[in-house]
Amino acid sequence: MANATVTTTPESTHWTALKRAIRSFALFRESWIGMIGAAIIVFWILVAIFAPLISPFDPLATLQPFAKPGTTFVKGGTFLLGTDHIGRDILSRLIWGSRTVLIYAPLATFTAYAVGILMGLAAGYQRGWVDDVLSRISDIVLSFPVLVLYIIIIATIGASGVNIIIAITFASAPGVMRIVRGLVLDLRSRDYVAAAQIRGESAWYIMLVEILPNARGPLIVDACLRMGYVIITIGVLGFLGLGLPPPDPDWGGMINETRQMAMAFPHMALFPCMAISSLILGFNLLADGLREISLRD
Amino acid sequence: MFVFILKRIAFMFITMVVVSVLLFLLLEISPGSVATKVLGPYSSEEQRNLWLEQHGYFEPIYVRYLSWLGNFVTGEFSESIRFKVPVSEVLWPRLGNTAILGIAVFAVMIPLSLVLGILAGMREGSKLDRTISVTSIVTTSVPEFASAVFLSALFVFWLKWLPGTSGMAEGFNLKELVLPVMVLVLYDFGYVARMTRASMAEVMTMPYIRTAVLKGLPYNKVILKHALRNALITPFTVIMLQINWLLSGVIVVEFFFAYKGFGALLLEASLNQDIFLIEACAMVAVFVAVATQTIADIGYTYLNPRIRFS
Repeated sequence: MANATVTTTPESTHWTALKRAIRSFALFRESWIGMIGAAIIVFWILVAIFAPLISPFDPLATLQPFAKPGTTFVKGGTFLLGTDHIGRDILSRLIWGSRTVLIYAPLATFTAYAVGILMGLAAGYQRGWVDDVLSRISDIVLSFPVLVLYIIIIATIGASGVNIIIAITFASAPGVMRIVRGLVLDLRSRDYVAAAQIRGESAWYIMLVEILPNARGPLIVDACLRMGYVIITIGVLGFLGLGLPPPDPDWGGMINETRQMAMAFPHMALFPCMAISSLILGFNLLADGLREISLRD
Repeated sequence: MFVFILKRIAFMFITMVVVSVLLFLLLEISPGSVATKVLGPYSSEEQRNLWLEQHGYFEPIYVRYLSWLGNFVTGEFSESIRFKVPVSEVLWPRLGNTAILGIAVFAVMIPLSLVLGILAGMREGSKLDRTISVTSIVTTSVPEFASAVFLSALFVFWLKWLPGTSGMAEGFNLKELVLPVMVLVLYDFGYVARMTRASMAEVMTMPYIRTAVLKGLPYNKVILKHALRNALITPFTVIMLQINWLLSGVIVVEFFFAYKGFGALLLEASLNQDIFLIEACAMVAVFVAVATQTIADIGYTYLNPRIRFS
């Protein structure tokens, strides 16, 4: 890189960090699969941010029921993707629905990761009975067929955004814990951990500051994959009628409301399915690209 | 080896007991709400108390749990609130239907994913390998409900080849089974194929394979007699564990195609707060999941001589 002239100024650490970022981006460009994935995700994030500007109609307004894609609306405008059974514009609902999924999926993944990382750090670093108890709990949770777990939890505590996040955290944190625990078992015998122990650092300081940053590589790949699963879960719950309460646009819910008419008006369910599949594909491709790059180093 | 099997089976029972305690606490901790669910929201206080008394709900909670567990083990389930018949009368036929679906899925998925995985793993990095890998990423990215919509739009709406529902109203109909099986295979085969590929690719780099090739064995003999033996151990475990995923998948597919199976029953029970049916379904689902995990673990050690003889 051309910036290599900078040497011993105080900013040099910033420069190396920047150079490293540029280099990893350059590496990233080598994986075209990862690039496609990233492009799809960026596309949907932009759609979600600019939803008020780009959506042609109000997503909740009932305009003209059962319009086929491309129908012109009498008061002006075109239903590019048609309307649903009560006359709401499908394109607008898709655009606004991207906000729902892009808020809840990262939030649920984040809480699952926060809980799972703490459990995994404690189990892998402290070992002993802490490890035994946490590992047994996660074995039991993971032995459930996931969807059975979700259905029972949501049907008992009720369907709402917060409850969906709670259910996803409960079901996914043990999986995260297993990965973190494995990584910690490998890292805890490193010299820098021993050095920190001799310095007299507290256990949580060592876990969070010394061990966790060095375990980030595999965790980032796993987080991308898990994000895909969480999007599927939110979609499935919506599809089964256990998702976010109507009328807010939610892709899974859109499919649930219109699937009975799918035989006569396939466009109503087809487009939300395409949207959700493309977003999941984006995360899976990104994860694959990241894994490819991390293996190459 | 023997101790290992005993340990695994013991763990399986412990898991089942813990799950049953949790389930019991979640659904039956307050007798009042059980009575309301059974007798309906318009029942009087007296009716509920009478029902609770008759069914022993005024006993201490551990006595209730133990008698509940006893009934469970002997297969004496209570009556379903929604269907107004004993739970076992709805549960077992539905489970049989799901077993038919599951067997059909495995009969298609296992040969397909193994052949694709082996072909991809034999020559790592080849064009075929890349194609199969990318295809399996794409198919595992399409959730079951979405591929159900896509496939029914294609085969039911445009081509009109297949029926759109699988209620089996006029007896068993193979045509009605095609779409549910297709959806489940499409979602599941990619993962098994990828795992098979990884296992096969690893075996192909082993020195003993190079030796076999260099001593002049025909290539197909190297693959069939030497490589596959070791390469198929991992896929065996993966396929067994896939049953756990299949249990989730059947719920979506049976709901979508109105197939009268176990998954749809569990969903219906949950949506209608039919607690005795939820309990029975959940325990059956967990039993199937844990039992297959146990078989997978035991089978893995049995198939892998390095573990078996250590």
